[in-house]
Amino acid sequence: MDNLGLATPEIFLLCAICVILIGDLYVREDQRPLAYLLAQVSLIGTLLLTWSIAPEIGSATAFGGSFVMDQMSVVCKTWILAVSIGVFLYSRDYINSRNITNGEYYTLALCGVLGMMIMVSSSTMLTLYLGLELLSLSLYALVALNRKDVRSSEAAMKYFVLGALASGALLYGISMIYGATGSLHFDAISNALATDADSTAAVFGLAFLVVGIGFKFGAAPFHMWVPDVYEGAPTSVTLYISSAPKIAAFALAMRFLVDGLENAHSNWQGMLIILSVMSIVLGNVIAIAQVSIKRMLAYSTISHVGFILLGILSGSEQGYSASMFYAITYAFTSMGAFGIILAMDRVGADVQLLTDLRGLFRRNPVYAAVMMLLLVSMAGVPPTVGFYAKLAVLSAVVQADLVWLAVVAVIFSVVGAFYYLRVIKYMFFDEPAETQPVLAAFDVKVGLSINGAAILLFGVFPGLIMAACVAAFSG
Amino acid sequence: MIPLSHYLTLGAILFGLSIAGIFLNRKNVIIILMSIELMLLAVNLNFVAFSHFMGDTAGQVFVFFILTVAAAEAAIGLAILVVLFRNRGTINVSDLDELQG
Repeated sequence: MDNLGLATPEIFLLCAICVILIGDLYVREDQRPLAYLLAQVSLIGTLLLTWSIAPEIGSATAFGGSFVMDQMSVVCKTWILAVSIGVFLYSRDYINSRNITNGEYYTLALCGVLGMMIMVSSSTMLTLYLGLELLSLSLYALVALNRKDVRSSEAAMKYFVLGALASGALLYGISMIYGATGSLHFDAISNALATDADSTAAVFGLAFLVVGIGFKFGAAPFHMWVPDVYEGAPTSVTLYISSAPKIAAFALAMRFLVDGLENAHSNWQGMLIILSVMSIVLGNVIAIAQVSIKRMLAYSTISHVGFILLGILSGSEQGYSASMFYAITYAFTSMGAFGIILAMDRVGADVQLLTDLRGLFRRNPVYAAVMMLLLVSMAGVPPTVGFYAKLAVLSAVVQADLVWLAVVAVIFSVVGAFYYLRVIKYMFFDEPAETQPVLAAFDVKVGLSINGAAILLFGVFPGLIMAACVAAFSG
Repeated sequence: MIPLSHYLTLGAILFGLSIAGIFLNRKNVIIILMSIELMLLAVNLNFVAFSHFMGDTAGQVFVFFILTVAAAEAAIGLAILVVLFRNRGTINVSDLDELQG
């Protein structure tokens, strides 16, 4: 029980989840906001606790070396929690107006946050696996939360089967790495591979690990579940899946590939190159053909995942921090985009198609402006944060002597700009199908405005996040 | 004494069978759930074999965690299956075509 205090944020969050779960049973129908308030308070409390115990420099371990608190985990946890606060804010009104039970949504979503925090802080393959499963199991249930909806349950079934397959592949890889190195600790694995990085068992296990990571990330060719889940899940759940778990997936890849298997870098670099090129090409090209806004954003996610992988595969500290910056900024960009969709959503008039955004400028100029910023940032146009994120990743790739890879990525980002700009055209230059103005609660409006402003602010001053990302890997 | 390679071969065969079960099966979602269980058991066999031959207990501890998670996973999978059956009235894999994927 050494250093139990290092896990205080996780323990606090777990207690808060239990309180919300049980408390919700005793709450009357008209006191529903209580679960929302408790969830937000517990996230803020966890965030403050994380900061209060964060080590100034270096890292500290607990639970016999299976739980680590280092600079990377502090940055990732901070942003996972911050993004989750925004996610809950945007999804509150959607949840209240639909046939979705309040308590269950927040409990499951908080369980997912707990899983992500454990993943980020793991230093053995066992803790990593447990955190990943806690996240995945919560997500399967969340996707199916709209019980009366056929598409919701079908998406949940597909997600469950493919997610379980991914976990199986990941576990098979873990068992092979364990066999090859004799340990579950990333440090010990790294030491064992320093002398013998090309043993057959290790490379065999590595291939399965990369397949599992690719599935969890949603990278092509393991992306089949992404569009279906994005489309079928309730929009508030899509918002959740598309934001914070991307940061957690980045941490998953970093823990396995860099903490554990950095000595086998030459082996996994090639595999990641295939994944990232396929993701960038397929994501951007197929997104053009989509008519559903959620499916379009799903394929756009796939292409952004390709960029996150580009930074990791470059194998330098510069690349890792660029990739982390990309994952964090993508998480809150995507959160804003789905936040706008949720703000436009009305019972009986779901925003499904791209054309549903027609004339948003006439209906609410502020939202249209924020959405434009978000889309322009996803396309990678300066001075938004998306431009700087792409620049940082690509310069790391060029430093690693993979110029052709950078060229492919740039060409397909230009292709991708088309479908983002098309949405902007719909919003600003087309006549709205209905003239009713888009109204949302005051705090949602403030949240979305901050979200849009952050895209510009961090685009002009990327150092605000980048400094922490660089510090996370310079140790 | 049975050598390690025999255990690993058996694990690989079981793992391959379960993958085949997931992808070749076009009829029943329950069979997919069974294949997922088989996959996790194949991994368990690997862990126990490695653990025994290396004299390191960490692998066996991992197996207990996998068994627990597998139980939770089966519970969620069956729950989703029940919801799906209520909505669609069928659990035929080829009928899951509401979302084009």
